Order: sequence, then structure tokens, then C-alpha cells
Amino acid sequence: MCFGPFLLRQTMASRKESAASGSSPLETPVKQIQIDGLVVLKIIKHYQEEGQGSEVVQGVLLGLVVEDSLEITNCFPFPQHTEDDVEFDEVQYQMEMMRSLRHVNIDHLHVGWYQSTHYGSFVSRALLDSQFSYQHAIEESVVLIYDPIKTAQGSLCLKAYRLTPKLMEICKEKDFTPEGLKKACIGYEIMFEEVPIVIKNSHLINVLLLDLQEKSTVADKHELLNLSSSNHLEKSLQLLMDRVDDMSQDINKYNTYCRNLSKQQQQKQQYLQRRQQENTQRQSRGEPPLPEEDISKMFKPPQAPPRMDTLLIAGQVNNYCQNIKEFTSQNLGKLFMAEGLQGHSS
Amino acid sequence: MAVHGPVVKIHPVVLASIVDSYERRNEGASRVIGTLLGTTDKHSVEVTNCFSVPHNESEDEVAVDMEFAKNMYELHKKVSPSEVIVGWYATGYDITEHSVLIHEYYSREAPNPIHLTVDTALQSNKMNIRAYVSSQMGVPGKTVGVMFTPLTVKYIYYDTERIGVELLQRTRESPSRTNGLTTDLAQVAGAAGRVQEMLSTVLTYIEDVLSGKLVADNSVGRYLMDLVNKVPKITAEDFESMLNSNINDLLMVTYLANLAQAQIALNEKLVVL
Repeated sequence: MCFGPFLLRQTMASRKESAASGSSPLETPVKQIQIDGLVVLKIIKHYQEEGQGSEVVQGVLLGLVVEDSLEITNCFPFPQHTEDDVEFDEVQYQMEMMRSLRHVNIDHLHVGWYQSTHYGSFVSRALLDSQFSYQHAIEESVVLIYDPIKTAQGSLCLKAYRLTPKLMEICKEKDFTPEGLKKACIGYEIMFEEVPIVIKNSHLINVLLLDLQEKSTVADKHELLNLSSSNHLEKSLQLLMDRVDDMSQDINKYNTYCRNLSKQQQQKQQYLQRRQQENTQRQSRGEPPLPEEDISKMFKPPQAPPRMDTLLIAGQVNNYCQNIKEFTSQNLGKLFMAEGLQGHSS
Repeated sequence: MAVHGPVVKIHPVVLASIVDSYERRNEGASRVIGTLLGTTDKHSVEVTNCFSVPHNESEDEVAVDMEFAKNMYELHKKVSPSEVIVGWYATGYDITEHSVLIHEYYSREAPNPIHLTVDTALQSNKMNIRAYVSSQMGVPGKTVGVMFTPLTVKYIYYDTERIGVELLQRTRESPSRTNGLTTDLAQVAGAAGRVQEMLSTVLTYIEDVLSGKLVADNSVGRYLMDLVNKVPKITAEDFESMLNSNINDLLMVTYLANLAQAQIALNEKLVVL
């Protein structure tokens, strides 16, 4: 689902040339992200209306870069990718949208994209590829992950991620073999870096919010204090188990590869030794030694499995665990509160 | 159509969008107009999305970029095919004659369109949000005019929207108009604080009634009874066992999560690095 790249290369190439001097590779070019309230509302609405069936909804973020922070001022959603769509031209859609938005003075610079997630499962190959192509074209781009289920539980869950420079290097070289990764010293923890988010509203929007608060009925639903946790826990644990299974399969594959490799090394050694012996025997008998055969052709080394998937799975497992821990700590707090309440009344 | 007209339900994202496009208007333009998208049914119109349309307005004429409006509508339709044009909006306090023309254009796009005005210039110290529907008036056959009749406006939210708006409300308090997202336990503390506030309000009311300052209201008294009875009466042992089993579940899950994390870290150290 790599919708960004083609369009980006065309429009952003010119931008890169003009922004030449200040673009020396900083460690983290983006220290903070400032989002307009409008963007938050739009993302929520998009998921609510279109995302109930399929898992992910996606869209593009527009904004500008201000010194070391990224300002996101608007966004527009991307239609769902259905198979029975006849020749849906994503690039066309994007170009038209941006052109139209330019007419009404909305910032039309691509600064990233957003995606919704289901219980925190977003670390996948597709996301990595998309974010890589975005970050390759625009250094400061981010991906906003919106978690609607956590939000429905009481408070907005919106996180911004970028790929670390190390990961960018690796993706550029496409070298996913074990040796390559070992060289770059990448662990699953330094794949993505999270950028802190700050929400900003203009004065006029603040007036609007004041108005809304006065006019709307105070029907506060306190989902946050909901005590029931088993449903959510069950689903999260299920996903975690699936990932852990994938992980163990992957580890098995790697182990068999290692074993095959070492077996092959042994065979090679044995073969060489036998050759040596035969050659010495022949020499002692006065016959010409056997020609050196090409060893590498006889013992083809087994295919090294790509390690990128392992990294991704590890990252995903880590993410699930983080989420579960957050959830359980909240629930523990709530349970203790309930205990306090019961203690007083009984 | 009906005399009272439909009820207009607006989502906050529409209003935020309108305010934002007002802030980005071109030099010299005093107001912004745009199209409203949403769904209609018999008695209400739900406005869920909008986009602004460039237009030029001068003393005697008004030009609206209709091509643009059509294009944008097509694009939007690709994302949410269920949204249709339900009307249009304009910022500013009054309804001018130009509005009538624009409204006529929109009547061609949608049956009985809604006209929404948002007073961004804050003429009455508030952002007046009003909706109108046009109806014919005048002597039939002779002078026919158009009158805009006001409609009731309600705000509706999806649950997640409400939570989002609540978060946005907090930006009002900080001087730099910014706000970070909260951490997990802080959220629970915040919710508990809110409940506490509500409880103290109720308590002050009760004390006022008891000391005779306020007349006791029976319906409120019934609600209070419901409230007190909502705390379930369980014997202490049952509650203890329930609490403990829940806590044990959560602790076990935490332990498993930590275990999994340690496992992958270990795996990485052994294999990759």
C-alpha cells in the first residue's frame, strides 16, 4: 500500500534542490510535532465513518517545517483500497486534492501520513516501506498512528513515529542478511523513534470550543473509569500470542540455517582434508596430484534468511507488551479505587 | 417543506474546518463560503464534513468557482460515498443579497439546502452559529421573494470525537495554547478528579437542602437514592475475593508481557548483535 512515493519524487524533488544548504543530516531533525486541533478531529472522524469494516484507514498530513518542529495544519483522507475498484489512480487523487487545497490557501506540503491501528498492531513491512519512501523524500516526515480502541476507552491515543537514521541506512542498502544487520547494530528498540506531540489551537478555535462547551449537554460518559477489562485483555493477548508464534517460527528457521551452515563447513573441511591426504599419497606414489576442484561450486552455501522480519516481529511484540502493561497499570489503579469506595460504604 | 424545518446536527470537525478556512482566507476577502456535506433523513440533517470554495465578492456581483466545488465534491465522494451535499456555509453575521444567489445555486445541487452562518468576527462577543432554510414568501404569482427561516442547531459527537474535543478543550488553559497528550495513570487520576468534582457539587446541594437554604426537589432526591444504591452491596469476603482475582489476572498479564519483552531482548542479543 505504498501510495506516497511516485507523487513525492515528482513534486518534492524541486523542493529538495532549493533547500540544499540547511539539510545536513542531523541526528533527529524533528524534535517535536505540533498538531492543529482540526487534524485530530478529522482523523477521528475518518476512522469513525469509514474504518469500521476494514482494519486500517490512511490519509496524508499537510503542514510545514518550522526550525526543529513539524507543524501539521491539515490532512485529507485516502479512500479505501478495494479490489473491485476499476483503475483507481491514487496519484491522480492526491494531485487533485493538493491542487484544490492550494486554492484555498491550505498548506499543501506533504509532511507525512497517518494510519489507524487495531490494538496496536502496526509494525509491518508495508508501514516500513511507506515510511521509508516518505522519509527518503522528505527528511522530516512522520507517521501518525491513531489507536481508536484505546481512544474510545477514555483518552486520545495518537503517536508519531519516524525511522531512526540507522534503519534508514539499512533500508537504503536493502541488505537484510544477518551480517548486514550485525554490522549496523540495529536492535528492535531503535527501529522507530517516537516524537512528542503537542496540540495547538488558534484563538478563534478556542472561542469555538468555549461555545461548544456551553451549548452542548454535559452528558459525560466516563469510559475511562470502566472496570471491565477482560475483553480488551483477551484480544491483546491473542494478538501477542500470534506474534510470539511467528517469532518462534522465525527463530527456528534461523537456527536450522545456522546448523546447515556449520554442517556445511564441516563437510568442506573433511573434503579438503581428504584431498590433502590423497594428494600426499599420490605424491608418494609419484603420480600427479589431483586438480583442485572448485569448492564453492560443490558446497553451495545455504540461503541466509532475511532478518528484517525478525526485527519487525520483535518490534511488534514489544509494542504489544507496552500497551498491555499500560492497560493493566490503569486497571490496577481503577481496582484500588473501587476497593476504596467499597471499603467506605460497607 | 415543513414549517419548522429539519433539525441540524453538526459535528465539531465541521466548525473547526470553517474557522480554519476563515483564518486562511485571501487578502481582502471579508468572508468565506463553502459546501457542507453530510446525510439527511426525514427530520434532521447531519452535517459531517465540509470544504471551502473560493469565491469573489464585490458590491454588485458575486462569483463562485463552481468547477472547483464540483471537483472537490467528487474527490470527497471517493473517500466517503455516503456523504451528499446538504447545503453551504458562510462566515459573517448577516445574510446578504449575495447569499440568496449562492443559495439558489446550491438548491440546484441539493434538495432544500441548509445555509449555515458562523460569526467569526464575534460581533456579539460569541461565535453565533445559526442555520437557515429558505422558504418562499410573498404574494404568489406576483412578487415572490425568499426568506431564510432559522432552524435549531444541535451538536452531536461520536464517542471518540467527544474525547478528542475534551482534550482540545484543555488548550484553552495554557498560555501558549498548547497541550501535550497525557500519560496513562494521569488519565485515570484526571477522570477520578472529575467524578470527585461532581460528587462535591452534589454534596453542597444536599447540604443546602438540609440546612433549609433550598427547597427539596423530589426528582432530584430520587436520583440521589439511585446513586447511593448503585454502589453494589456485597459482603466483604466476596468483594475481597473478586478484587483479588482481578488483581491477580492483571498482575499475571503484566508478568507475561515483561517475560515476552525480556525474551525478545535476549534473542536479539544472542542472534542479531
